[in-house]
Amino acid sequence: MVTYILKRIVTLFLVFLGLAILIFVIARIVPGDPARIALGPLASAQQVEEMRQEMGLNDPFFIQLWNYLTGLAQGDLGKSLLTSRPVIDDILGALPATFELVLFTIFLQITLSIPLGVLAAVYRDSWVDNLTRIISLIGVVTPGFVLAIILQLLASYQFSFFPVTGRIDPGLNFDADITRLILIDSLIKGRSDVFVDAFSHIFLPSIALAAAGIGQVMRITRSAMIEVSRFDFIEASRAYGIPERIVTFAYMLRIASVAPLTILGLEFASLIGNAFVVEFVFSWPGIASYGVRTILQKDLNAVIGVVLVSGVFFVFANLFIDILLGIIDPRHRLREGGSK
Amino acid sequence: MNHPLGTNISGEDDMGQHRSLTSSQMAWFRFRSNPSSIIGAFIVFSVIFVAIFAPLIAPSPQSAGSFVDFMNRHSPPSRDFWFGTDNVGRDIFTRVVFGYRVSLGLVVGVLGFAVPFGVFLGLLAGYFGNWTEFVIMRFTDIMLAIPPLAMALAITAVLSPNLINAMIAITMLWWTWHTRLIYRIVKAQMNEDYVEAARVAGASHFHIMFRELLPNCISAISVKISLDAGFVILFGAALSFLGLGVQPPTPDLGTMVSTGSEYLPEYWWEALMPGLAILYAILGFNLLGDGLRDMMDVEV
Repeated sequence: MVTYILKRIVTLFLVFLGLAILIFVIARIVPGDPARIALGPLASAQQVEEMRQEMGLNDPFFIQLWNYLTGLAQGDLGKSLLTSRPVIDDILGALPATFELVLFTIFLQITLSIPLGVLAAVYRDSWVDNLTRIISLIGVVTPGFVLAIILQLLASYQFSFFPVTGRIDPGLNFDADITRLILIDSLIKGRSDVFVDAFSHIFLPSIALAAAGIGQVMRITRSAMIEVSRFDFIEASRAYGIPERIVTFAYMLRIASVAPLTILGLEFASLIGNAFVVEFVFSWPGIASYGVRTILQKDLNAVIGVVLVSGVFFVFANLFIDILLGIIDPRHRLREGGSK
Repeated sequence: MNHPLGTNISGEDDMGQHRSLTSSQMAWFRFRSNPSSIIGAFIVFSVIFVAIFAPLIAPSPQSAGSFVDFMNRHSPPSRDFWFGTDNVGRDIFTRVVFGYRVSLGLVVGVLGFAVPFGVFLGLLAGYFGNWTEFVIMRFTDIMLAIPPLAMALAITAVLSPNLINAMIAITMLWWTWHTRLIYRIVKAQMNEDYVEAARVAGASHFHIMFRELLPNCISAISVKISLDAGFVILFGAALSFLGLGVQPPTPDLGTMVSTGSEYLPEYWWEALMPGLAILYAILGFNLLGDGLRDMMDVEV
């Protein structure tokens, strides 16, 4: 298990290095002078030249790349042109909000889709199965931002309990300084009013974000459960008189959860992508809102930082899933390179 | 393949003994007996039809451009304006019809480049193996580790936001899925006898890759393309929604949702109608893709 995890971490490091180089190259080969973009069309040629010097753009390409990578190793992503603060500070400031949204979304996906998938498999071809089939289709084909807008409409007409913008009511005066996740910190500090408010804020964006994954994971869980139910040892367990509940949830679900977990890991990339759109719709103060703002301002350092951080997010999520799969299904550890 | 004596020599296919239908008839039968694929095919057909004949179908073709009609701004859906009108009084139905043109153009542009490129790399990696495989597949892995929308955002941002750059950004990410798919198929096919036979018969690498292996990938590719088309539309719409894709006054569905969302909730149709139009197209391509997948019995 330890060698397996170490192997995965080495792969992760290589992927991360490749990602960093790739993003840097893309950012440098695109037409347009970053210094000119930063200063705007009105700056004089001399100002642009000074800016180029300051940004290190006059150095040879490989020196630039080396400086960038060593900076990166020290957690330095350069300075944002938009906020004129270090990009890393901006991103770390916005990250907890995104992290909370993504964690809550995954929580919703797992708690809703796996039980529903099991139900659909147990009551196969009944109305339950058909209902989950329709829910999953709707989830998969509805773009995140369209669903977000539909939810906002419903919230403003029908369910006024759910606010349609922001992360928390600013009047509540709450400082999430322990884990930086409001839902968890409010529980630690025993502030139930804050928890309810934060929950009402996070609920709609997470539903909009979770829908696509819920649909897919539900169907995958269903087919995996049906496949597992045909295995001999399941029949044998039943024949021994082991209660159906235990057979279903302890024996079958363990093996059947491999496929949905793999999908959840892969789905994570589109989750981060969709977070950009959903955060935008709900004015969620996360990394995506920061990303979109800096992109529109052509703030290159910040854009590179945001893409890099979302890549790291994704790679770590997959590492986590790989380790989890290694624990659930020992065969997974033997397959070279895991799920990649 | 039947033995001269009429018995099935493969010994695996015992369904084939009463074969009175050709395999394409069987496939069509399987496709037809699944109502959701018929619905999918109908939706896809209607979207393509509407996009091609947009100027003939649209009730007020001038609404597709930067036309203004302040008399009718923000009018709700009615008999004159099926989907209502937007903030400058343009007919939303007309703009949706023309918006499908933009969306389908994006699909053709992206898949037209990404699919051949991805398939070619997948064939190379699967066929040659060794370091070719290592370089191509590790590079693909890295590309796949980038959240696609985030990357597309970054690319359209450093280039200036417009339809062509959005297309370039999506294409740059899309080929990876085809490379992976084809790589997996080719890798599995490499152990088949027919590949060995071709090699022994002295066929060139080119012949084996494109004449022997590629035809075995075609059904998987076509299913993937149908499923892809919906997601390319979704992607393009999401980019435009964030203001990084198609720019006004070109009628694009994502841009329309974005503009319309400024007038929520009073003028709900301005965001909702184009949004549902996107959903309709994606639904169609998805149902069709699922139907084709069941029909051709391939994994994608």
